[in-house]
Formats: sequence, C-alpha cells, structure tokens
Amino acid sequence: VQPQPDAKMCDQTFLAITFGPCDNCSQNKPLMNIYLKNEPINYCSLCVEMMACQGLAKGETIHTLKAESESLKSKLEEERAKLHDVELHQVAEKMEALGQFVMKTRRTLKGHGNKVLCMDWCRDKRRIVSSSQDGKVIVWDAYTTNKEHAVTMPCTWVMACAYAPSGCAVACGSDEEKSIQYVVLLYVFVILTSSGDGTCALWDVESGQLLQSFHGHSADVLSLDLAPSETGNTFVSGGCDKKANVWDMRSGQNVQSFETHESDINSVKYYPSGDAFASGSDDATCRLYDLRADREVAIYSKESIIFGASSVDFSLSGRLLFAGHNDYTINVWDVLKGTRVAILFGHENRVSTVRVSPDGTAFCSGSWDNTLRMKVKGLAVVIGVLHHPVVSAPRAAGELRNIGHSFPVIYS
Amino acid sequence: MARDMSDKEIMKMELEQLQKEVKNTREPVSKTAKEICEWVEAQAAEDPLVKGVPEDKNPFKEKGGCIIT
Repeated sequence: VQPQPDAKMCDQTFLAITFGPCDNCSQNKPLMNIYLKNEPINYCSLCVEMMACQGLAKGETIHTLKAESESLKSKLEEERAKLHDVELHQVAEKMEALGQFVMKTRRTLKGHGNKVLCMDWCRDKRRIVSSSQDGKVIVWDAYTTNKEHAVTMPCTWVMACAYAPSGCAVACGSDEEKSIQYVVLLYVFVILTSSGDGTCALWDVESGQLLQSFHGHSADVLSLDLAPSETGNTFVSGGCDKKANVWDMRSGQNVQSFETHESDINSVKYYPSGDAFASGSDDATCRLYDLRADREVAIYSKESIIFGASSVDFSLSGRLLFAGHNDYTINVWDVLKGTRVAILFGHENRVSTVRVSPDGTAFCSGSWDNTLRMKVKGLAVVIGVLHHPVVSAPRAAGELRNIGHSFPVIYS
Repeated sequence: MARDMSDKEIMKMELEQLQKEVKNTREPVSKTAKEICEWVEAQAAEDPLVKGVPEDKNPFKEKGGCIIT
C-alpha cells in the first residue's frame, strides 16, 4: 500500500476573507470575521467552535454583571422617580405647626461605671433596662430611679439589650463574647439579631436553633427594628454598607432596599403606622423612607449638624423624631414638615441610644457619659447562652429585639 | 455570609435582588404622604410628647417635699 500524501481535508467550507493570526490562539489560519458584542473579531474556525461550546456561562464576567447592575439601578430609580410627584413637606404645609418644644430632664439614672451603650423600655412604661461597657446590665424603676436588678455579664461592651414584650425577660448581646446571653425571669421564645458579619438571624431561644437567616448586606448590620405587629411580619435593617433593607421574616427574602445615605446607617426605626421607617447615619442626616411609595421622602439635616446620628426614635403619633448624635446633643424634628423643633442638651458625651417610652409620655437617652436621662414635656438567673456562629467583625452584635410568644413564627 | 462570597457572587446576588425589586408595585408620593399626614393627625391628640402632659398627671414629675400642716 502506497503511503498517501497528507491531505488537508476541510470538514466544512467557508468563505475565508482573511488568512492570518487568530485573535484567540494566534496561529496562522483562515479566519472567520465575526462580531462579539458589537466588536469585529477574527477567529479561526476551531476557536469559533470552542467559543460556541462554552455556552451561556461565557461572557458573564464581573464587568458584565456590574454593567447590568448599574443599568437596573437606573431603571429602578427611574420607576421610583415617576411616582415622586410631590414632597412630603408640601403635603404637610397645611398642617398645624407644633407648639414651642420644651423638655426638662426629669431623672438621671446614675450607676453604670462606664459608657451606656443601649437601653430599652419595658411595656409597663416604668422599667428600663440598660447595658454598658462595664459589662453590667441594669434594670431600673424609672419612676423612683431605684435599681431593681443588676447583672454582671462575663464580658465588656454589652452593645445591645432589649426587653421581651412580656416584660419578664431581657436579652443582651455582646460582640466580645461572640454570644448572646439571655437573662430570663419567665419565658422568651424567639430572638432576632443582627451581626458584624452582614447577616441577620432569627433564633428559637429555647433550643438555640437558627430558624432563618437573612443575607443581603455587604457589611456589618448595625441596627434592626421589627414592624409594628399589626402590619405584618417584616423588619428593617441598616448597616455599614449604607443600605437599609426590608425583610420578610418567614421567607428570609429582602423585599425592598434603599441606598441613599452617604455613610454607615447606625439606627433604623419603623414609623408607628408601619408604612415607613427612619434611619440615622454617620453622614449626620436622618431620613424617612416611605415603604408604599418605595423611596426616601424626607431628609432631616442642617449644615450645622456635622456629627453622626447614633440612634433615632419616633414619638407615639410619629409627628416627632428624636435623634441622638455624637456631639452629645439630641435633635428633635417635625417629621412631616421637615423642620427641627428643638435641640436637647445635657449629656457630657456622645448619645448612644434614644427610646420613647411605650405610652409616649417620656423618652430616655443613654450616653457615653455613663448616665441615662429621661425627659418629659411633660434576678435573675442566666439560663442559657446562644452562640451566634459567625460574628467575625470587631464591632456590634447589633440590636436585639425580642419578639416573644405572640409572634407566629413557624419553622419549616 | 458576605465575607465568604467572591466579588462575582456578591455582584450576582445584588443583580438578582435588583431584578426582583424593579418589579415591586409602588404608589405615588402624593397619595402615601397624604395618608401618613392623616394618620399622624388622628394620633397626635394622644401623643403626650406633642401635646404635653399636665403636671398632676406626669408620672415623672419631681418628687415634692413634705408639707407640714
């Protein structure tokens, strides 16, 4: 049998306009002129085949994802802007202006050995729990200023504390210990926490089991607040990624998100009606977000306010917003008209927390000056330790809200 | 967790979230702002920090001294 000469067999014929180095493999071959993303390229037939086989995953680089994200963000802003037909303060123009705002400090609660980091009111409108850098958690009778309980935690920087709706238990959290300890006087069922790792989590307290986790923030989550129970099973969170997210507690889904602040969001609080929420940020502004219009509808700021807002809360009717700042003051805003009605002084260091009492008669502020002050316009046994498995950042176990047994969480 | 995800995975998560959010239903601010104002007006009468608390009903008023009669 005679050896056959090497025959170059083409398995397909195509019109080769050029012959030269392939843009992909650099070999000199007949080139196919094709368009990839509107750019003309010259690939040899082999490279064209391989490219076709790589299928849909091809081209999905970080750059294409980013471009798509940017274009969707613009679309989202466009949709939101279409419904921005009037400003909140314009609608509020015909409302009666607020009278002169005078508030007196009525009680100063002294007893913490170091900065007060967090406080919460009990539903009985009388008791307050506060936590401090000194590792102590104190329950006070606000009417008499007597201390009812004092618990020493096995850690310092107790960043967060909250009363259970039942009033019979208190939960506290610290990032140093990387755990949440709860001091129980009766029963507590479910806890919602936010963490320095960017997640929020819902726990069954009795079993220590994680029921649901919430992913969507790209940095520490510093604050969260539950929607008023009548309006549904959602909560809002705010974090160091400058975003405020609204979540469905059962599905774990992020249903709405807002990114208009220019710095870390330190505090978020639902409007009493549940249709909006406020935020306080290191950018020295507070903002109001309307959940049904799906946009920011007010900014509470002044050129003279340059220190971050650490904590915000509404009065009972939602007409007033109290914001504690790092310049030791508390600003009081007319929520609807957007104007400031008062500045409150009295603390000797930054204000870390502000809370209006459950019946709206007073509000309490806690500060790094180690005291809690209350203004009017007038145990225990540690029974368990919950380990939040992924607190890895050096800050904030965030805010705790104790939902209690009235909340219909079903683990599925 | 966000820390454990690659940049590409984070971008993908953000993209999917945006795709969902674009589809949310929204109402005009003229309607929602009006409803917020109406809600506040209905509640404001019962807001002690707005209308004030008479001294005799104030649970936080300073404790008085003793009066000997």
